[in-house]
Amino acid sequence: MQVTVKLFASLGQFLPASAKNNKAEMDVADASTVTATLSQLGVPEDQCHLVLVNGAYVAPSSRATHALNDNDTLAVWPPVAGG
Amino acid sequence: MAWAGKILRVDLSAGTFKTEPLNMEWAARYLGQRGLASKYLVEEIDPKVDPLSPDNKLIFATGPLTGTSASTSARYSVITKGPLTGAIACSNSGGYFGPELKFAGWDMIIFEGRAPKPVYLLLRDGDAKLVDAEGSVWGKSVWETEETIKKAHQDPQIKVASIGVAGESGALFACIVNDMHRAAGRSGVGTVMGSKNLKAVAVRGTKGTKVRDTAAFDAAVTAGKAVLAGNAVTGQGLPTYGTQVLMNVINETGALPTHNCKDVQMENADAIGGEAMHRPRVSDGKANLVRNQACFGCTIGCGRVSKIDPTHFTVKDRPEYQKATGGLEYEAAWALGAATGVDDLEALTFANSICNEQGMDPISFGATVAAAMELYEGGKITKEQTGGVELKFGSAAALVAMVEATGKGEGFGVEIGLGSKRLCEKYGDPDLSMTVKGQEFPAYDPRGIQGMGLTYATSNRGACHLRSYTVASEVLGIPEKTDPLETDGKAGLVKAFQDATAAFDSAGICLFTSFAWTLEDVAPQVAAACDGNWTVDSLLEAGERIWNLERKFNMDAGLTAADDTLPKRLLKDAAKTGPAKGKVNGLEKMLPEYYELRGWTPDGVPTNETLSRLNL
Repeated sequence: MQVTVKLFASLGQFLPASAKNNKAEMDVADASTVTATLSQLGVPEDQCHLVLVNGAYVAPSSRATHALNDNDTLAVWPPVAGG
Repeated sequence: MAWAGKILRVDLSAGTFKTEPLNMEWAARYLGQRGLASKYLVEEIDPKVDPLSPDNKLIFATGPLTGTSASTSARYSVITKGPLTGAIACSNSGGYFGPELKFAGWDMIIFEGRAPKPVYLLLRDGDAKLVDAEGSVWGKSVWETEETIKKAHQDPQIKVASIGVAGESGALFACIVNDMHRAAGRSGVGTVMGSKNLKAVAVRGTKGTKVRDTAAFDAAVTAGKAVLAGNAVTGQGLPTYGTQVLMNVINETGALPTHNCKDVQMENADAIGGEAMHRPRVSDGKANLVRNQACFGCTIGCGRVSKIDPTHFTVKDRPEYQKATGGLEYEAAWALGAATGVDDLEALTFANSICNEQGMDPISFGATVAAAMELYEGGKITKEQTGGVELKFGSAAALVAMVEATGKGEGFGVEIGLGSKRLCEKYGDPDLSMTVKGQEFPAYDPRGIQGMGLTYATSNRGACHLRSYTVASEVLGIPEKTDPLETDGKAGLVKAFQDATAAFDSAGICLFTSFAWTLEDVAPQVAAACDGNWTVDSLLEAGERIWNLERKFNMDAGLTAADDTLPKRLLKDAAKTGPAKGKVNGLEKMLPEYYELRGWTPDGVPTNETLSRLNL
């Protein structure tokens, strides 16, 4: 299945070469979890602070079991803030 | 003692000065800056005074840590009664001006009356004088004013806080800009300054600051700086990406107010965010962002310095705007961009630059343009009225035309200068104004971040994110993650943020330290800097006291619980996309609990018991 992965701020370096504007389309195994998908890209788990699937927060304790669906959008940030 | 111990009182009507000792009894209860100056204001003006009359006062105030070696000790605030809201106004700025005021031997300046003709205050250590501004800086931009004053007095080290033409011409959201690009931005404090015929405050100080216990202070400051450096947000995220990193966060969360809050997500938000500022442009191969910048004493360095694409339509024939300039912060980029639907990063940088040059709050300006665009598209404003400008959502040309006109107080810019509330009332559709108590709200949609609805509704200076930034918890997980779509628990969260924020704002430090610091980090610095029993508990108590002092002033000024509300759009029209799809803000579920937690009546009035407990 295909998902959209968005890696922002310092995590942008882990996006594949095909990525544009911090966004890439990725082929992943059916029911691939958040953790497995990020691992496929080599994103260090300890740098994944804010993880959103279709805009909804996924807590650290759920990331290894949260299965993605076809066409989901996974967006991830290191610790960031502003205001 | 971190205090200079002196206040300069300036009677602009008479052109006279008076030196007074700082009221140390009040300092022990209200800490400094926002809290202490609010106490002075509340004691000295009629709460029902016309904000633009000579009877209103304008206070420039430092905190106990301002100008010390504590990190982010650049801060000063301007306190007055605000013209947009009729409520107490307190606007905070960094840069170098605040410490310079302390170095000159003053904790605070209180301006009274109205000068018979335009003047600026020149303050060199203990020597104060009012200088004729006509024929020199009156009618000039902030940037020209700062340069002219430094040249006139042959001292490049003079620090200047001034208004631009927007403040002179009465735009109700005019700000006070110091050090070219730092601003006491919100609530129209620059409009009050303009109404007093006061163009600028120019300060040169050579006295430095002292603290009560040098060894203890050094230890506390060093520990505090280590916390900031070791924190991923204040040590890495903010210096690298600035506040603009939030554009994609908030858009993905489904809480980016777009098209005057008709939408909660912007299709091309990434094009105006922090990451985009780093990307090389097609035209010249250079990024919009040049580097970051820090205020006095700051070990974070979140400020942005940008250069506008020299081939862009805004600057291609204007080399004076092709130089490095103050770059976009998140709130400005949102208001100028997402609120108006404009996704042209260079146009937004230019508009932001004009806001700095002419002294305008980009949040209120951008949000007012967004409201005007909706009025225009709905036929309530015509092309004849805009002077031929097609004032449509997404038009960079329209945004640029409006910022230039408003900055100079010309054409339809005069109407934009009324602010969103008065503009929408004048043009027949008050419900299109996205304001609370007359002030435009910032970059977080309360349908997608529920706590921000209560934050806006109860903010003492009108809608504002800097009075209780629950986004930190609801979205960013600082200090701990809460659900942005949930209303349960938000009353307590908002109260806790409001009280702690009032303490940070009164200490002379930047609120952004609170992404890493708690009051546990602040208390030892304040305690070592000045007299008083400053602990976490006493700081929180001072914060709560300050919040209630501001609230009581607003009640006495005529505001009521009916003003603690949100625009109908946020309470009735559900979000169309994102996680909040189908949701409105649940203010009615949060507000009664909030009043109860505050010790206020069901009508939002502080009870006698609460006032007594807080020694008010």
